[in-house]
Amino acid sequence: MNRLLSSRWTKPVGFLLCLVPILILCWRLLEFARAGGQGYDPALTADPIAYITHYTGDWTIRFLLITLSVTPFRRLFGLPKLARYRRMLGLFAFFYGSLHLMTWVWLDKFFDVREMLKDVEKRRFITMGMTAFALMAPLAITSTDRWVRRLGFERWQRLHRLIYFSALAGVIHYYWLVKSDVRLPLMYGGILAVLMLYRAMVWLKPSPRAQRAKTTSPNTAYLRD
Amino acid sequence: MVIRKKPDLQYSQVTPKQHYLNRRRFLAGSMALGALAAAPAARATTKLNGVAKSPFSTDEKPTPLDAITHYNNYYEFGTDKEDPSRNAQHFQTSPWQVKIDGEVAKPTTLDLDAIFKIAPLEERIYRHRCVEAWSMVIPWIGFPLNALLKQVQPTAKAKYVAFESYYDRKQMPQGAWGGIPFPYVEGLRLDEAMNPLALLAVGLYGDTLPNQDGAPIRLVVPWKYGFKNIKAIVKIRLVEKQPPTTWNIAAANEYGFYSNVNPEVDHPRWSQAKERRIGEFSKRNTIKFNGYGDQVASLYAGMDLRKNY
Repeated sequence: MNRLLSSRWTKPVGFLLCLVPILILCWRLLEFARAGGQGYDPALTADPIAYITHYTGDWTIRFLLITLSVTPFRRLFGLPKLARYRRMLGLFAFFYGSLHLMTWVWLDKFFDVREMLKDVEKRRFITMGMTAFALMAPLAITSTDRWVRRLGFERWQRLHRLIYFSALAGVIHYYWLVKSDVRLPLMYGGILAVLMLYRAMVWLKPSPRAQRAKTTSPNTAYLRD
Repeated sequence: MVIRKKPDLQYSQVTPKQHYLNRRRFLAGSMALGALAAAPAARATTKLNGVAKSPFSTDEKPTPLDAITHYNNYYEFGTDKEDPSRNAQHFQTSPWQVKIDGEVAKPTTLDLDAIFKIAPLEERIYRHRCVEAWSMVIPWIGFPLNALLKQVQPTAKAKYVAFESYYDRKQMPQGAWGGIPFPYVEGLRLDEAMNPLALLAVGLYGDTLPNQDGAPIRLVVPWKYGFKNIKAIVKIRLVEKQPPTTWNIAAANEYGFYSNVNPEVDHPRWSQAKERRIGEFSKRNTIKFNGYGDQVASLYAGMDLRKNY
């Protein structure tokens, strides 16, 4: 499995897989436009704009959760090579998040800045969605190797822990917007909780090396990793 | 009240089959002529049905039938807009009975036959504004609610009308996930219910109601948000006190008893100033009382509509 994951073909294939949701959406939109763009479309529902909004939002949360599963999967299944895909997955979360935001800016608010500001201020679910996006943006910008070097790995890693809060804000954003059926937002919240619980357990349990360092020579404990 | 057995009264017995609108031909016609040209053709077919046109109808372009039947908020059949079109297919709507009681001189229980005879059927093309900020134009067929109320003769004590939907866990298993209590209940003030615009709908687009649109009989109060338009009615009760309403029970700060369409009073979580007409790209400004202010604004004279949302 690790060999497959380190093959130079797997990454482009993964990239294409991540593009599948947007390709499906584009295909449906093309079909819709070809049919005249009017009336009821079974693939895009009776309200295509609401459909696009929900579709891109769903994929943003999904990619955030997929990105957050990389670390647990690496450790639990002994697949260190999964780390190669983490940056790409995170950037796709940002990509779908940007599409989601653009749908709102363009198709819902029609670039009316005053309306948008009013909404961000007044509607807590929009405030929360904006927060989720705002937390993702610096991570996308600093995702390059140059930024890792510039910030130093420790600081860079600390910055990129913002993804936890972005995912949490995303789930709350979804939970606050549904009318009464909270099954899906709760499911996403549950997955996020499991992924975070795993991290909490790892953090609370000192690593074997740290333990050894503590017993033999406490002064060098900070040198681990 | 509701007797569940194999239907012995079919819609085809209520409305002669040759008078049904041929949906396929209508759709083909709309392709050929353009949707605008086809709408009058559909109404012409309805006219054969003995359904009178109504001066209350708007001349706006009706939303395509497929959109009206595939974009439904009917939580008993699931919370996704397309769920009811799938899950309500086998819903038993015949036989059906509606019990009317409470503060009335002549309580009664009517079956579908009797319901269809209460008053001459009219086609009313109404704007429909959902609380979720989308809208449609729907060619309903029905009769004024006040025709039924006059028949049962409300007493002096009757101040409100309470409605109750059919609910059957076996036929509506998806309702368990709806997040709102069932059976669905709604209500109107008696003067609202007596307003000639308030309609009991039994059909749309020349045909009887599809199950997902509230068959066999539903309420349509076009100046209020769509959730007031209770579907699959089994009970109508005249009462003295303001009756509970489902969405108000679920979230009182978001859904009031009146729920009149009002662009000035936002839903706490989203603006009501604009709406998207299904099938249109840009948004429209929402009109107070959904554009029916001339007929209904006087009902609320002196009332603070921000408080009584």
